[in-house]
Amino acid sequence: MTALVSLKGIVKRYVRGKQRVEVLHGIDLEIRAGEFLALMGPSGSGKTTLLNLIGGIDRADEGDLIVAGDRINGLTSRQLARWRARHVGFVFQFYNLMPLLSAEQNVELPLLMTGLSKAQRSANVGAALELVGLADRASHKPAELSGGQQQRVAIARALVADPTLLVCDEPTGDLDREMAEQILDLLKIVNREQQKTIVMVTHDPKAAERATRQLHLDKGHLIHSQSNLAA
Amino acid sequence: MKFFPLLWTGLWRKKARTVFTLLSIVIAFLLFGLLQGVNAWLNSFGTGSNANRVYTVSRISEVQPLPDAYLHQIEAVPGIHRATYIAGITGYYQEQKNALVAFATDVKTFFDLYPEWQIAPEQLDAMGRVRTGAIVAAPLMRAFGWKIGDRLPLRTSVMKRDGSADWDFEIVGTYDVPTNPTEANRIIVNYGYFDEARLLDRGTAWAFVASVKDLNRSAQVCAAVDALFVNSAYETVTQDEKAYVQGQLRSLGDVSLMANAIVAAVLFTLLFLTGNTMMQSVRERTPELAILKTVGFSDGAVTALVLIESTMLCVLAAALGLAAAAAVFPVTAALGIGGSTLPLRVVAFGLAMAVILALASGAPPAWRARRLVIVDALAGR
Repeated sequence: MTALVSLKGIVKRYVRGKQRVEVLHGIDLEIRAGEFLALMGPSGSGKTTLLNLIGGIDRADEGDLIVAGDRINGLTSRQLARWRARHVGFVFQFYNLMPLLSAEQNVELPLLMTGLSKAQRSANVGAALELVGLADRASHKPAELSGGQQQRVAIARALVADPTLLVCDEPTGDLDREMAEQILDLLKIVNREQQKTIVMVTHDPKAAERATRQLHLDKGHLIHSQSNLAA
Repeated sequence: MKFFPLLWTGLWRKKARTVFTLLSIVIAFLLFGLLQGVNAWLNSFGTGSNANRVYTVSRISEVQPLPDAYLHQIEAVPGIHRATYIAGITGYYQEQKNALVAFATDVKTFFDLYPEWQIAPEQLDAMGRVRTGAIVAAPLMRAFGWKIGDRLPLRTSVMKRDGSADWDFEIVGTYDVPTNPTEANRIIVNYGYFDEARLLDRGTAWAFVASVKDLNRSAQVCAAVDALFVNSAYETVTQDEKAYVQGQLRSLGDVSLMANAIVAAVLFTLLFLTGNTMMQSVRERTPELAILKTVGFSDGAVTALVLIESTMLCVLAAALGLAAAAAVFPVTAALGIGGSTLPLRVVAFGLAMAVILALASGAPPAWRARRLVIVDALAGR
């Protein structure tokens, strides 16, 4: 299987006050197409930073980052925005839905920057909501949905543009166990049936067990990789 | 249109704040519409002037009366075709808010000099038969519900010989000025009756109006009229109609400057008010804007969304304000203040100002949205 994501010597530094802090120290990593990768590690280990770099919402200071065939650290801000729209779907811990838009309007957001017609956008939104089991809640606003349902809407939004890669930052971190299981089941279905490559940051070992591979980060270094053959 | 729900919900995120901002802009543009509309109305004076007509008033002051005997000397000046005097009464009908002006003149000559003021010949003839007759502008007739034959009592500051300041007229006719309806706001009465009945200033007039035979010699004729009265107790200044009307407006002060200054101050205040609203709105939506960027909206697209939202707010409010001003105009016009409609160019200028206001007040929050770093915004930094 070919590498969908390839990181070579990735270094990321942040400026905090007068200090320059190196968060990632030369990460090398390859993620194959169709993989479901769990990134684990203690707080401050650089998991989310690494996820943000892979998702193209942050830039590495050094190293090479190739995702879906594009060397993304060389793209301009405008090119990167277009690249994200085409290749990446994002799922966040706190859902990050637009509170005043309905579920279907939230799901439609990534399609607004495409040239799709209203009918095509409507069909795609309908299919995405159907996939996450919320077709009957299309007109509901986020405040009218449970946490699990809001996260499903967020997953539908992430999938609606048919991205190459799904990046999930603690997608079950704000949910109870039952809801979390449902979301993980959904991600598993998306990975298996739609062959979406998923990179998920999680603290939860049970969630990580659903992935096909687990990576552990500590203090900005990759320290351990483990395949879950049973997953 | 596909972005409309996003823009609309953004605008109404805090309903109370948006409503108050909207109302502030509505009131500001109502004021803008009224002031600029009146300004345009005042500036329109003299534009449809009849260059044949010349006016003679006192050189000292326009309110200084001139002897009515000047009329015969003016009529005798070579190049003058016809002339008459105009005296006047200011007063009100029933209530002080119903302020009115009556011109006392030789009515037949007056309407000859103003052919664009249209009146039925038999009504004009009636003025010759009824000394206390009055010809009333059609808009005033409509506004006060008068009809021919009605009595028209005017309470004035001009004392009559019988000791009263109440003047009673009988409406015998009505006129209109189709070419410039805003001019139709006066009452015309017989000078003969007025002069005989008043206690003070008898034998005087406010001004003389005359027509010249040859337009090209208008300046020389005006000079010849004024030459007649040089070194007299009542020196005169004679001008063509446009110069005369503009001179009268100047005597009110620079209305245009005042109107523009007030509007500029209001719009300048609005700039900060709207800018503050937009800034607060963008600050509150920082994570949402970050999400838009995350899902593929470019920096330019997010900037455009903020600017369009600001423009929607300002243009919607400005349109409501200008519509309110347009609704007020026919009411004030009926009372003789301002034109009957808000000029289209004022509406267009107002909407252009609203767009400029929106872009200027939306620029700082739009710049903030443009420069927003996704990971910092999502992390609440």
